[in-house]
Amino acid sequence: MDHGRLQGLRPVHPGAVGPAPGVGFENFTLLFQDSRFWDAFANTLSITFIQLVLFFPVPVALALLLNSVLSDRLRGLVQSILYLPHFFSWVLVITIFQQMLGGAGLLAQQLRSHGYEGFDLMTDPGVFKFLVTAQLVWKDAGWGVIVFLAALSAVNQDLYEAAAVDGAGRWRRMWHVTLPALRPVIALLLVLRVGDALTVGFEQILLQRDAVGPGASEVFDTYVWWVGIANTDYGIAAAGGLIKGVFSLVLVLIANKVAHMLGEQGVYRK
Amino acid sequence: MTVTERPAARAATPSGELLRRRGREKRPVWEEEPGKVGQGIKGITLTGVCLAILGPLWVVVVTSLSDQKTITEAGGLVIVPKTITFRAYTELLSGGTVTRATLVSLALTAVGTAISTAVSVLCAYGLSRSGSFLHRPILMLLLVTMFFNAGLIPTYLLVTGVGLEGSYWSMILPSAISVFNVLVLRAFFQDTAPELVDSARIDGAGEWRILFQIVMPLSRAVIAVVSLFYAVGYWSQWFNAMLYLNDQQMWPLQMILRQLVIKQQAPQGMSQMISTQQIPSLAVQMAVMVLALIPVAVLYPFVQKHFTKGMLIGAVKG
Repeated sequence: MDHGRLQGLRPVHPGAVGPAPGVGFENFTLLFQDSRFWDAFANTLSITFIQLVLFFPVPVALALLLNSVLSDRLRGLVQSILYLPHFFSWVLVITIFQQMLGGAGLLAQQLRSHGYEGFDLMTDPGVFKFLVTAQLVWKDAGWGVIVFLAALSAVNQDLYEAAAVDGAGRWRRMWHVTLPALRPVIALLLVLRVGDALTVGFEQILLQRDAVGPGASEVFDTYVWWVGIANTDYGIAAAGGLIKGVFSLVLVLIANKVAHMLGEQGVYRK
Repeated sequence: MTVTERPAARAATPSGELLRRRGREKRPVWEEEPGKVGQGIKGITLTGVCLAILGPLWVVVVTSLSDQKTITEAGGLVIVPKTITFRAYTELLSGGTVTRATLVSLALTAVGTAISTAVSVLCAYGLSRSGSFLHRPILMLLLVTMFFNAGLIPTYLLVTGVGLEGSYWSMILPSAISVFNVLVLRAFFQDTAPELVDSARIDGAGEWRILFQIVMPLSRAVIAVVSLFYAVGYWSQWFNAMLYLNDQQMWPLQMILRQLVIKQQAPQGMSQMISTQQIPSLAVQMAVMVLALIPVAVLYPFVQKHFTKGMLIGAVKG
């Protein structure tokens, strides 16, 4: 849909907060007619799905790995390194990725100097969804380890000993003791992630929107930003934001219900 | 704070007691010795993970310290340092756009963190005393915002509507309180030695005195972690600056970094320095990145040991 036409359909200007003449559900109708809204919706869900598959298991795996390290000192050192990127700003993380994987980045530079073709992952719409997932893994997978490590340290060590005495090997102990201990935490995090299905790294993606183009990178939040802030069409954008809020609330409630039905704790209980 | 932290803290662990690492340096007798191959794979994986995090940082720092000759020879980014020069930094920090932006960011972080921490501690303390004024409704109100929000546009209209556009307060007030941090503090305050609080009260201490002289000193670790989160949040902010600060002269460092490296444009007042090649532009970019990284790297070690405690204890009870 052409945004020049959208612009100014419902001109509410900042400062003019307050009762405005109602337009019924017109803003919602316009929103649903905008094909870019549905594209953004589809992008959002597919990024969420990719991250559930490729991001979610990483902290669990890292925690299991770290937990098997015997030396406290070594484990502490690795933990310090793992948590660090979580505290970097998205601007910094993306500049770092750009310098490593971008067209003028280290990898392309090394390839070229050895006579290969260079490439630019940062502007390639085809790999964008995986790129943002990789950035998320780099920044936050280490931080995600904290909660699993805490759950692991709460496991009663006698269980391992009993299992070992009964003849369970390393892998069977992991399967029958460690993973069940992690199950409530995993369920909880899954519930929260599904409840947040419509939220995928707003700042992160907005920073790269220009380089990649909106086709691959437009997600729910950036769409709201684009329509509302960049094109000052507040009515439609606010309708989009509201839909997201309601939809997310419903998703959390459903996911929580499912967790309860599977016998897990979930986020809350009545 | 990003979304991913929320689950981290809410994840339940039975009690603080169990959080302590078991600190077993020795392998228990019943555990079989690990195979050579397994150990090898483990070692390689851990080393690889650490290198993936530290490697890029190394390259950025080294390039920022290199002179033009080294950068040209390397064909861009430098992996092995040959000469060390601080020219990029002295140029950037001897006045001008980047100096100003760095000071702006430092000031915003200091003022914002102070305000946020103070307000959060007060709010959390009030909510931690059951029976305080409107205790339940206020708590509910806070909780609702964790599950539902109307989105970007109403926030934007509100902030501009009350006239904060173009003011540094637009970088502080909209994000002054993180409900999540308040809940962490509240849970912690609820747990701090009730018998101490009771005896102080019998001795005639008022609420302020109890807060400042008993509860806060006992909660130093968790307050440190919460302050770190706030500080990192303010230091990392760029989106609010983009929304509300139209004047480039007012921009914080992250906005300059975005302009310079992501958009590959020289911010106002820097174009001359780069076009006249006073300093190699790649080193300048890297130096700005390092500037954005330094405060985090400096603060991090002091607070790091409290993470698990601050993130997990009590947060369960929300």
